[in-house]
Amino acid sequence: MTHPLIKALLIVAALGLSACANPDRFGGAGGAGGIDTGGLGSPSDPRSVAYFNQTIGDRVLFAVDQSTLSPEAQQILTQQAAWLSQSTEYSALIEGHADEQGTREYNLALGERRANAVREFLISQGVAGTRLRTISYGKERPIEICSDESCYSRNRRAVTVLTAGAGV
Amino acid sequence: MKRLPTTLAAVLALAFAGFALPQQAAAEPLRIILTDPVIEPVPIAIPSLLAETPEAARFAEEITRLIAADLVGTGLFREIGPEAFISRVTSFDSPVQYADWKAINAQALITGAVAVGGDGRLSVKFRLFDIFSDAPLGEGLQFGGTTESWRRMAHKVADAVYSRITGEGGYFDSRVVYVAETGPKDARQKRIAIMDQDGANVQYLTDSASIVLAPRFSPDGARMLYTSYETGNPSIYLMDIASLQRRQVASDLTSMTFSPRFSPDGARVVYSISQGGNTDLWMQDLAGGLPVRLTNAPSIETAPSFSPDGSQLVFESDRSGNQQLYVMPVSGGEPRRISFGPGRYGTPVWSPRGDYIAFTNQNQGRFHIGVMRTDGSEERLLTASFLDEGPTWAPNGRVLMFNRETSGAGGEAALYSVDISGRNLRRIPTETGGSDPSWGPLLP
Repeated sequence: MTHPLIKALLIVAALGLSACANPDRFGGAGGAGGIDTGGLGSPSDPRSVAYFNQTIGDRVLFAVDQSTLSPEAQQILTQQAAWLSQSTEYSALIEGHADEQGTREYNLALGERRANAVREFLISQGVAGTRLRTISYGKERPIEICSDESCYSRNRRAVTVLTAGAGV
Repeated sequence: MKRLPTTLAAVLALAFAGFALPQQAAAEPLRIILTDPVIEPVPIAIPSLLAETPEAARFAEEITRLIAADLVGTGLFREIGPEAFISRVTSFDSPVQYADWKAINAQALITGAVAVGGDGRLSVKFRLFDIFSDAPLGEGLQFGGTTESWRRMAHKVADAVYSRITGEGGYFDSRVVYVAETGPKDARQKRIAIMDQDGANVQYLTDSASIVLAPRFSPDGARMLYTSYETGNPSIYLMDIASLQRRQVASDLTSMTFSPRFSPDGARVVYSISQGGNTDLWMQDLAGGLPVRLTNAPSIETAPSFSPDGSQLVFESDRSGNQQLYVMPVSGGEPRRISFGPGRYGTPVWSPRGDYIAFTNQNQGRFHIGVMRTDGSEERLLTASFLDEGPTWAPNGRVLMFNRETSGAGGEAALYSVDISGRNLRRIPTETGGSDPSWGPLLP
């Protein structure tokens, strides 16, 4: 179902991850290659990456200093797991993030906890662990830059970033 | 990287030619006790150092100004301007007219001279006088080095003066590694940089292609540890600062390694490994060998720091439910909690003197830098702001540097210093934003 060109674009995007200013803006303005979101398929096509990122939602949010998954987060992750189970040509890198209210080292560890909570949940829903890697950015990569709860709540996130390839 | 080709071959005790020292009953000897609750700045006169050779003229005034800036910048001294002077210092060896300096109420006087030798090397000599005791305070000293290192020689003079008057070690001739930050909060670029402790002579040690965090000086100041995302996964690197040569210390594709710190002998590194949602402390010999696990708990254990004798570690853990400070023998054993005040405690750092632990406290939306005794007693919060974080100790264990970030979309990070009394909060001038400072040793 995935067009070869789309796959190639995804690989480019995946390679660009480490140099990308906002690595969780997959295909967005922060991408190293200026990848067009339109190339990821239509959000209404249930097998497309765009469907995963936008219709299901590529991220879940957390309460302050917590890594437990809310019912809403579990619902999103259940759908992510179903999508991944269908699209076995993809693996995922789960990025954990924290808001700026916390010390640097602690937030790195907290981001890792959050990423791991997502990974464990996806595994519990049948996704092979070999397809799911985690990374923590701590408070290093906020997507919202105001200093109040409206921004903090969106920065306390774990983002499931799809990458082409069936995993390690 | 340019390295200062400095061998500050120092320290000739200058002959005490021509000092007739009348043994009067002195008023009070010139002394500043840093632990006094209130310190009245000591009035100090620093006449321009004499240029003893024509080439020295351009250094003499700058060195004088830097000595004054170092001393006045501590908040412990108040400089008396030259317009008040009665005596003029015309020769380094001519006798000091104590009465003239008493008349303008100078308690301390620095005289000095600068020369550039035939070999192009700069020499700086000085004497310090306790005016109301009618006596020099310590011997005259001379420092020699390249003209390039004139700032270091000024810092050496200021260190000697500070040390003689306070009885504490100096800290002006030292360097700091830190993270230089540029760009907006959602596209922040980070590079590791090194500077003199006063913000001068910045050099960049990494580029900004990947996130770099929390450089940590080795005890001898020749190397540093830091965390980089350059392989994609955060891992710890060891860099030789002179050659910029570096290698990965701890890496594993399936885990994250971060928060490294040297042992006091520089031979080992203690750090955190995060794996499967759990973060624990590990220790590794830098000469090789496998890492040894120090903690094994389901909670977050990070930000370790050695006691100066190398026998204990202080670190942060959320095993109680939120971030608190714990002390543990390096050889193993049950960690003992030492923080009990309101809020969360992180980033503990043991003083190089062993008497205090500095930390970050987070309480009700505010951040503080604080110090406590190593058993957790005598806790004092020294600062308060939207975000103060990551203290590091000056080599004398009496001053802290940390980073302060301002709030909001335009928020920026900058380096600040503060005395452990809470006095003399100052911003360190840096050409970019700055965070994660690590203060190196006093230079030889």
